[in-house]
Amino acid sequence: MSTRDLFTFSNRHFTVGVGITAAILVVTAIAGFVVLPFAQPWVQFANVWDAICSAAGVPQRAASVTAPEQTKRLSEVVLTSRTLSRPSQEAIGRGATLAQRCAICHGPTGISRADSPNLAGQYAAVIYKELHDFRSGARTNAVMSPFAVNLTDQEIADLSNYYAYLPRLPAYHPTPLLPKPNIVIYGAPMRGIAPCGACHGSLDNKTGSPWLEGQSEVYLKAQLQAFASGERRNDISQQMRNIGRAMTPQEIEAAAAYYASQPPDVVKAVD
Amino acid sequence: MLVNRKLILAHFWLAFGVFGIALTLGAWQMFIRSPIGTWLSNPELYYRSLTAHGTVMGYVFPTLVAMGFGYAISESALEQRLVGVRWAWAGFWLIVAGSVMAVIPIALGRASVLYTFYPPLIGNVFYYLGVVLVVVGSWVWVALMSVNLRVWRKAHPGAPVPLAMFANVAGSYLWAWTAVGAALELLLQIIPVAAGLKATIDAGLARIFFSWTLHAIVYFWLMPTYIAYYTIVPRAIGGRVYSDSMARISFILFLVVAMPIGMHHTFADPQVGAGFKFIHSAFTALVALPTLLTVFTICASVEIAARLRGGRGMFGWTRALPWDNPMMLALAFSFVMLGFGGAGGLINMSYQLDASIHNTQWITGHFHLIFGGAIVIMYFVIAYDLWPHLTGRELIDIRLIRTQLWLWFIGMIVTTFPWHWVGILGMPRRMAYFDFADPAIAPQALSVTLSAIGGFILLASGIMFIVILARGMRAPQVDAGPYRFAIAVHQPATVPVALNTHALWVALMIALTLTNYGYPILNLALSEGTSVPAVYVGAQ
Repeated sequence: MSTRDLFTFSNRHFTVGVGITAAILVVTAIAGFVVLPFAQPWVQFANVWDAICSAAGVPQRAASVTAPEQTKRLSEVVLTSRTLSRPSQEAIGRGATLAQRCAICHGPTGISRADSPNLAGQYAAVIYKELHDFRSGARTNAVMSPFAVNLTDQEIADLSNYYAYLPRLPAYHPTPLLPKPNIVIYGAPMRGIAPCGACHGSLDNKTGSPWLEGQSEVYLKAQLQAFASGERRNDISQQMRNIGRAMTPQEIEAAAAYYASQPPDVVKAVD
Repeated sequence: MLVNRKLILAHFWLAFGVFGIALTLGAWQMFIRSPIGTWLSNPELYYRSLTAHGTVMGYVFPTLVAMGFGYAISESALEQRLVGVRWAWAGFWLIVAGSVMAVIPIALGRASVLYTFYPPLIGNVFYYLGVVLVVVGSWVWVALMSVNLRVWRKAHPGAPVPLAMFANVAGSYLWAWTAVGAALELLLQIIPVAAGLKATIDAGLARIFFSWTLHAIVYFWLMPTYIAYYTIVPRAIGGRVYSDSMARISFILFLVVAMPIGMHHTFADPQVGAGFKFIHSAFTALVALPTLLTVFTICASVEIAARLRGGRGMFGWTRALPWDNPMMLALAFSFVMLGFGGAGGLINMSYQLDASIHNTQWITGHFHLIFGGAIVIMYFVIAYDLWPHLTGRELIDIRLIRTQLWLWFIGMIVTTFPWHWVGILGMPRRMAYFDFADPAIAPQALSVTLSAIGGFILLASGIMFIVILARGMRAPQVDAGPYRFAIAVHQPATVPVALNTHALWVALMIALTLTNYGYPILNLALSEGTSVPAVYVGAQ
């Protein structure tokens, strides 16, 4: 008998093999798509086809449910791999001119003397996102919001590229280096807190997270408290609000003091 | 007749070399996240190591063992020189090139995505291209196995294909088809994003493609072990295969039902319909069938050997077995680990029971027990058995071999039993660090410590294995004679065409893939808005 004779119904092996396989498939399909859906008393199906579609995972839109109305604005920033790629010298120059109006708080070299964030050498994506959020109202600040509200997309990109271009200078009042507290390198796994350093430097950096070394202790503390209270809400998916809420006041103090004490030139050079 | 010994030895040495490196990394990982290690404050290093460990142990090591063993089977079972030796070497060098290409980005921390890829996590494109080269290299082997069988059939029309070669080719076809899932995921989804052509990825669809590969790949790893059960063990202990037909049916069943069951890995995934999860769960239950058939047939074959050696009584014959024979020892260890691992597997495939252990350390314990234990211990004895035929030198350290096998068995039990246990307690997998000072998980510290000690026992056993093989290269020369496989009680004179060819079963395998995967894949591929932004490893 050759292979050609294999695929005929007169071959017992073919009939039995295909028959058993098909029978198992049919039985399991009936069980999975018809019997079991109807065995769930908490789900109502209009008819058998409805049950089959549900078990097959056909996407369904529930018509009666409307999205909850959004009372506060959320961050709408979209960052792609091309948004801030390869800035020209002109773009950086335009950013430098625009940055003169930022210097009153953020310092002429991007190092603040007023407990505002140091921007010199900050990741472009971070400045880009925060300026957009200030402009859209996703993040608000009595001083900052009026500055951002009239910026164009081009101006925001230029400013981001200019500050990212500046060298990371030591903070204006460097404090003695502190040892790494647990919250920065271990987090608090049992309370769902990832280590600060896993996103913000010291261990690793994740896209969109600022590096924090040498930032003002007062500023860092205020931001963590604002996240915890829900006053600041431009973190997509609430990751910082969840962390802020779970942190103890001591941990907030420790994290802020540690990052403030670090020189910014230790920031992991990955960009 | 083993002609291309260098080719086979090259596969084995590369396999066991990378195995040694990955084993060392594995032991270090066990140590560093246990209470006895000091946390290194850098999770990225841990995941880098984990990616290397998984990539080598999942893709490179077992593939090379299956290939080397496959070439040996083709030459000695068919008694015909390997056709396409140059192609075989090309496949080997593709795997070398792919491994190097994949390992460099991993070592640089640019591809810490773990061997299961986990999109939307995206690493350096060369990591994925390296994996693709490894798979392409192994497809060369698949083609050669098919060609060699065809050449033999032409010379022996209608004759029964030797069992070892029949099973070997079944394994190669299973691998060819199951690797398609991961290949589709890499080529259609991941590589375009890693190369910068796209910025979003359909993570749910990618996971379905990967599940296509991820479960049946285990049966590809298992094939050399099952071939050893049926065609080496009975000969090595002086018995016979109880039933040649039963063996063929087992391998055929693997071909048909190993494939359409991968979605039991995605029980917790919302993008898969519950009906398909149920079908996959039911077919997963069926895959226990060939294993039960095998355990029965091999126990019967072993009993034949024992009774030939004068064993008596209902169970008394077990005392007459050659327990000092490494093959007998390894078989017993392998069956014990397969028993426990298989029982755990029944829990994983049950939708409701899975919910309690999904994504916990139970799963890691489970696949280390099955793959690292039941399967790899047979890889060891396959190498021991083949070595004198490949090198023309005797392996003289029988006592050392027995110690090595004992240590591997003990090490694997000590590693994986506590691992299962902490999984039941809820310890998640893929974590770089646990704070055992916290009262909530402090009671798990003892289990995790035991597990880490088991890891070091395994490392010691792995080093002994490599030392034994290396010493075997310099031992006195002997003539080991031709390499033979076990014969059955009733050697088949004729075999029905369905049990002598693979076509029908490959057709059923592909048909079941279409029924069980077709709709879920099309549904996601054609739906709008199922993609998410990629998360680039090491990017700022």
